Amino acid sequence: MVTMNRPLSPHIQIYRKQITSSLSILHRATGVFLSLGAFAFVYWLWALATGPEAYASAQAFFSSIIGRVLLLGWVFSLAYHFSNGIRHLFWDSGKGFQIETVYASGKAVLAISVLLTILVFGVAYAMRGGVV
Amino acid sequence: MAEIKLPENSRISTGKTFNAADNAKNKRRFVIYRWEPDSGANPRRDTFEIDLDSCGPMVLDALLMIKNEVDPTLSLRRSCREGICGSCAMNIDGTNTLACTKSIEEVKGDVKIYPLPHMPVVKDLIPDLSRFYAQYASVKPWLQAISATPPDRERLQSKEDRAKLDGLYECILCASCSTSCPSYWWNGDRYLGPAALLQAYRWIADSRDEFTGERLDELEDPFRLYRCHTIMNCTNTCPKGLNPGKAIGEIKKLIASRVL
Repeated sequence: MVTMNRPLSPHIQIYRKQITSSLSILHRATGVFLSLGAFAFVYWLWALATGPEAYASAQAFFSSIIGRVLLLGWVFSLAYHFSNGIRHLFWDSGKGFQIETVYASGKAVLAISVLLTILVFGVAYAMRGGVV
Repeated sequence: MAEIKLPENSRISTGKTFNAADNAKNKRRFVIYRWEPDSGANPRRDTFEIDLDSCGPMVLDALLMIKNEVDPTLSLRRSCREGICGSCAMNIDGTNTLACTKSIEEVKGDVKIYPLPHMPVVKDLIPDLSRFYAQYASVKPWLQAISATPPDRERLQSKEDRAKLDGLYECILCASCSTSCPSYWWNGDRYLGPAALLQAYRWIADSRDEFTGERLDELEDPFRLYRCHTIMNCTNTCPKGLNPGKAIGEIKKLIASRVL
């Protein structure tokens, strides 16, 4: 069939936001963000191996407001990517495909990720001995 | 690769507005995607105000009322008007479904109607489904067997084996699921999409088919099958309540377990 410069029908612009696709793109986004976090982690290890001055400047960066926001993002990303990864393992074994289950497991994964993030930050702040 | 923005010739402008008669009491606005191949202009969104008191309950009723009474150039596919032919699949209120089984009451506010997403548009609400049908044909949706057909009867199947096809054979190929899938949007040229894969599984799961291995070989491909990332928009939108996401999961499981 001859196609005369047919327009493409609108897609992501008009498709209603779904729990299904939103959690999927969040999985991708947290994965990308975690890869960036790997560089930060290597920087921290490098600073640790290099000596007290380098370590102090790394610590200063990660304790700054920007550093803490980034760490919050990485902790949440790890928690979400990890728990949603387990959700994917259930799917890979053929379980949890009913749409009600998909919604329930998605909400559970989100809740667990938030709880894990709060837990990790709580422990981290406690270990600093109340120094904020 | 994901191309988020619409191409230049596909951007949508605001079109005409048709108001209902002043004495109409139960007015509702339908915002409808229009594109005329002959005009050379970009697509537009026309607004039709409808008096629901003189219209049937389904979105298809409103579309046909518009076509009959307001603008006869409005183009759409429809046939059975009872959810069995799959012709009137379109994007209504943000999700893909059949206009004939979607009630107007379900939609809050203006009823926004677009053709199935990320498809070449033939005219107005009619997408070009050539590639979709070619993908369906590529999974060889018919019984394949080497053993000779019994001379005196059909190939038989136990009730249990027959039950395995429930939830698969009911698909009407309306393309709602495939065109709801972001993976199909970005890689529809190489990924088969949920509808074709559900049908592939329908034959894989059939106890009478003897080509299961060949069918799995054909699907074991980074794009044809594995662009499915279990997003599940397909199952969420299927107007027949089927589960293409699960069928794809079963295919992946079969491929994984045969190498174990």
